[in-house]
Amino acid sequence: MEYTGRPAMNALSIRGLTKTYANGVSALTGIDLDVAEGDFFGLLGPNGAGKSTTIGIICSLVRKSSGTVRVFDVDVDENFPLAKSYIGLVPQEFNFSVFEQAIQVVTNQAGYYGIPSALAHERAEYYLGKLGIWAKRHEPTRFLSGGMKRRLMIARALLHEPRLLILDEPTAGVDIELRRSMWAFLREINEAGRTIILTTHYLEEAESLCRNLAIIDDGRIIQNTSVRKLLSQLNCETFVLDVDSGDEIDEVSGYSMRRVDEGTLEVDVKREQSLNPLFAALSTQGVNVLSMRNKANRLEELFLDLVGEEGA
Amino acid sequence: MNPHGTWIAFRTILRKEVTRFMRIWPQTLVPPVITMVLYFIIFGTLIGTRIGEMGGFSYMEYITPGLIMMSVTNSAYSNTVSSFFSAKFQRSIEEMLISPVPNYVIILGFALGGVLRGLIIGVLVTATSLFFTKLSVHHLAVTLSIVVLTALLFSLGGLVNAIFARSFDDISIVPTFVLTPLTYLGGVFYSINLLPEFWQGVSKANPILYMVNAFRYGILGVSDIRVEVAFTMIAAAILLLFALINLLLNRGTGLRS
Repeated sequence: MEYTGRPAMNALSIRGLTKTYANGVSALTGIDLDVAEGDFFGLLGPNGAGKSTTIGIICSLVRKSSGTVRVFDVDVDENFPLAKSYIGLVPQEFNFSVFEQAIQVVTNQAGYYGIPSALAHERAEYYLGKLGIWAKRHEPTRFLSGGMKRRLMIARALLHEPRLLILDEPTAGVDIELRRSMWAFLREINEAGRTIILTTHYLEEAESLCRNLAIIDDGRIIQNTSVRKLLSQLNCETFVLDVDSGDEIDEVSGYSMRRVDEGTLEVDVKREQSLNPLFAALSTQGVNVLSMRNKANRLEELFLDLVGEEGA
Repeated sequence: MNPHGTWIAFRTILRKEVTRFMRIWPQTLVPPVITMVLYFIIFGTLIGTRIGEMGGFSYMEYITPGLIMMSVTNSAYSNTVSSFFSAKFQRSIEEMLISPVPNYVIILGFALGGVLRGLIIGVLVTATSLFFTKLSVHHLAVTLSIVVLTALLFSLGGLVNAIFARSFDDISIVPTFVLTPLTYLGGVFYSINLLPEFWQGVSKANPILYMVNAFRYGILGVSDIRVEVAFTMIAAAILLLFALINLLLNRGTGLRS
C-alpha cells in the first residue's frame, strides 16, 4: 500500500458487540474486532454464525443490543451519518427495485449521498464500465442475469467512493470466470487504498483475496489472525498426484498414500515433512509425477477443523 | 451531510417517486378519473337532477368539490403506502437506510411524491368535471392551500400505514375499512345540516368532513364547518404524523430488526 503520511488507523473497530433479537435468539455474544485501514479482511463463518448481523449493525440495518462500533474512528452512536458516508455495502440479497433501470439504481444511490447528478453519471459510467455492464445500463434490473445483478450492486456501493467496502457473499451463484474477474477488480480497488471486508462461503476466495481474517461461530469470534499465520497451523495437507505408472507403487516410508485409480495417487504430507523424499522415492520406482494439486482448499480444511472443534 | 447534499438527496427521492407513478400511469392516473366520471354520471346527472339544490347549488355543483377532494386524498394515500411498502418488500428501502440521508428528508421525499400525485389527479378530475358542471373558484388561496395540506396529511398517513404493514393485505385494510367509510360519511354527497342533531355531532368527529367542507368553501363559498377549524386541525395532524413517522424511522420500526 502507498505511504500516505498518515498514522495507520482502524477502518473498523468493534468492542463488546451483542445482539439479541426480539424472539430471544442471541446472534452476537460480545465480539471484538479490528480491521486496519487498507486491509482486505475476511469475515468467515458457517450459516447463522452472526456475519450478516455484524454487517447489518455496522451499516445500521440491524439495531445492536450493546457494544460500540467505530468506523474510521467515528462512533456510530455519535455520528452515524458521517460513519455511513464512509461505508459502501454490497448485501447478500438483491435489494434494488426490479422496475428501475441499472443506471437509475446507481445514480439514485449516489443522490442519497448528496452527489451531484453530473458526477454521479461520470462515476456510473466508470464503475459500470469497469464491471462490464455499461451496455446494459438502460435495462430494467429484473432482466439482468444473476452475475450482472451482483456486479450492479458492487457498482452501486462504490458510487460515493467509500473508504470501507463491505461485501456480503458478493460472488454467490456467480460462475468461476466471472468470479475471477470480480476478484481482479476487488484486488485493484484494494491496492488503490480502499479497505475491504469480505464474507464468503468460497474459502478459496478468502484465501486468494484476504490478508487477515476472523472466523465467527455461534455469535463469537473464534479466530482472528492473518491468513498466512492461520495456514501455518495446518498440520497435514493431502496432495493429489497425477502419475504415469500403471504398475503397483510401493509405500514410501513416512508418507500415508492411497492409490485412487491407475493414474492418481493421494498422499498425506505433514507440516514438518518435505516433498523431496517422496518425489525421489517415486522416481526410484520409475513413477513420473505429471502434475500435483491440493485435494481440498487449505483454508477450507482449517475452517472445518476450527468450526468442528467449537461445535464439538 | 451538508445542505446542498441534503437537497440533492431530497430531489433524488422525489424524482424517484414521480418517476415511479408516471411509469405506471395506467394504474395511477387513469383509474381515479374513470371512477370520478362514473360518480358524475350516476350521482350528478342521473340521481342529482332528481335531488334538486343543496346549499344553494345544483347537486352536481355541490358534490364536485367533495369528489375532487376524495380522489386527491385516495391518490396521495395510496401513492405513499404502496411505494414505501414496495420498497420495504423489495428491500430497496435499504438503499436509503444505509446512506447518510436524514430521516426527515426520506419523509419529505415520499410525502411530497404523494402530494404531487394527488395534485395531478386533482387537476385531471377537475378538468373532467368541467364536462359535467361549471366551476368557479370562490377563494383561490383557501382552495389551493387546503388541497395541498390535505394531500400532505394523507401522504403521511399512507407512510405510517406502510411502516407498520407486513403484507400487501395490511396496506389495503386502512383504506378499505377506515378511509372509505369516513370519506363517504364525510359530507362529500350531502350537507350535514340534513342530518338529525345527534348525527351532526357524530359527523363532526370525522376529520374528513373538515377537509371536504373547507375545500368546498374554497370553490363554492359554502361550508358546514368553520374553515379556520379545518386548517388548524389539518396542520396539527400533519405535525403530529410527521413527528410520529420521524420517531418510527429513528427507532427503525418495521425496517430494522
